[in-house]
Amino acid sequence: METIVLRGRSVVPGWAEGEALVTRDAVPGWGGVNPVQGIITETRHELRGQSFKDKVLVCRGAKGSSGWSAMYHIARLAGTAPKALIFNEMTTKVALGAVVMRIPSVTDLDRDPLEIIETGDWVIVDGDKGTVEVQKDRTSATSFRPERGRSRP
Amino acid sequence: MKLTKGERAMLDGREGKARQKAMDLLVRYAEALGAERFVDTNNVAGVPGSANPFLQNYYSRFAGSEYDAIFSYFDLDADELVDVPPALVHTCHLQGGVDPEHWDTLGAKPEVFKIYRDREAFAANHGVQILKTCTPYLAGNVPVKGEHCAWMESSAVVYGNSVLGARTNTEGRESTSAAMITGKIPDWGLHRTQKRLGTHRIEVEHTVESVMDWGMLGYFVGDVVQEHIPVLTGNYSQPDLVRHKHFGAAAASSGGIELYHIVGVTPEAATLETAFGANTSIESLAYGRAERRRTYDQLNANAHDPDVDYVMLGCPHAAFEQIQEVAALLDGRRVSGNCRLWIFTSRAVKEIADREGHTRIITDAGGVLMTDTCSAFAQALPPGTKVAALDSAKQVHYLPAIMGIQAWFGSTRDCINTAITGRWNPEEL
Repeated sequence: METIVLRGRSVVPGWAEGEALVTRDAVPGWGGVNPVQGIITETRHELRGQSFKDKVLVCRGAKGSSGWSAMYHIARLAGTAPKALIFNEMTTKVALGAVVMRIPSVTDLDRDPLEIIETGDWVIVDGDKGTVEVQKDRTSATSFRPERGRSRP
Repeated sequence: MKLTKGERAMLDGREGKARQKAMDLLVRYAEALGAERFVDTNNVAGVPGSANPFLQNYYSRFAGSEYDAIFSYFDLDADELVDVPPALVHTCHLQGGVDPEHWDTLGAKPEVFKIYRDREAFAANHGVQILKTCTPYLAGNVPVKGEHCAWMESSAVVYGNSVLGARTNTEGRESTSAAMITGKIPDWGLHRTQKRLGTHRIEVEHTVESVMDWGMLGYFVGDVVQEHIPVLTGNYSQPDLVRHKHFGAAAASSGGIELYHIVGVTPEAATLETAFGANTSIESLAYGRAERRRTYDQLNANAHDPDVDYVMLGCPHAAFEQIQEVAALLDGRRVSGNCRLWIFTSRAVKEIADREGHTRIITDAGGVLMTDTCSAFAQALPPGTKVAALDSAKQVHYLPAIMGIQAWFGSTRDCINTAITGRWNPEEL
């Protein structure tokens, strides 16, 4: 197993670990997500139909309507929110959304998380220090499709 | 965070519990952004205290004080119930709820309508201007150049920043409600002069003229520029309010555009040099015949059935001249028995349309002119709708994803012709 540590800036403090769900697309808010089910619904989105519940969501950032924070706030109440958030591009949408989801969140990492982290990797997010630890199980990575995910090593 | 004495007093609770919770949220939000201070705002546009069925149900255990409960726990993200004070600064309510007359047409049950009416009373009792529109700038809230605002509604934000030269980020439900009772918002992003400079140059090669053209151009620009700041040059004639409205709404849907510059047109882009300022890493993109065709095809990609059940206009809410245009196109004709025509606008514009006689023309033709909401926002369609026709790139972006229907995109004229025939038969692009 290989462990990679990324260092960045704290957005929301706290500590969490979980399986990564990675998208190069920005994540939509109102009109592109079903927060009660925790599923992306936007027609042309690469994660369409996929659930972010209990995942460490790794994305470029947030896009779309100003209802972004309210949608992910509802996801928190419905129990479908991600466990942690890692993103590249700071916007008011993603900042406020991370705050009201109350999940550890980091940005400004020293290497591009979209290049390093793959869906299914086990990721530990330290929102106090602003660090991300990525655990890659190289042996099983060849035998499992990344989308299928893996259990914790 | 550097807090002023007044901000510190609010955070310490010396201005009451609600302001303390609002400042606590604003400080958490500002720190997440990396902002160092707040700016004062006296112009907030949000949806304070509004609720959808999920929230209504989630907070039903607070029966009796559920309005304060939703504002405390959801709007302010607080962990305790607080008494909500009236708005400290000018605050208007954006779209929400259902039309006060035609709520049953929208499929709302009487008990749901009552909830909306009570929520509206809550907002009004707290000094909130109940404009009930996504176009506050068409209903009396027109910020001036340089005015710091805290606005929600991506299409209003992009209009305020780009056309009026006001300064606002795309705020959210929680930050606008907190700003409403504190008059504060993080000094970050588009509040700062150097963050308003262009990043991408869009060379408009194909002539852009009609409202539909501007909507398509906006959808293209949002898609290629995403969250950045485009600067348009090239082949366009002076856009009016409606063209800006459709351009900006589309650009804020396919992407996250909050500010655009059009050289020679918008207030911060007298020249190309002013629009880009000190920015040197500029990307350049062209909008020609091929890009226009591709955008049109993308907007129509999800529709294949030419039999149309439903025509919706008024996204963003129709300006007075758009209602005038619809009335002129409809005058003396009838909407097909197989099709419904709904048009959405603000209460302010509808009042004039009523007095001017346009509402009667639309009603006589079989259409319905409504306020407060739209099909995407209310998640309301005429019963049995499978295929819609729309003249808004924004509505095409959202409605099929939200409601699982097909949607055609075309001009207002295409849409009215469809309402009359029940068939999608657009003019040549």
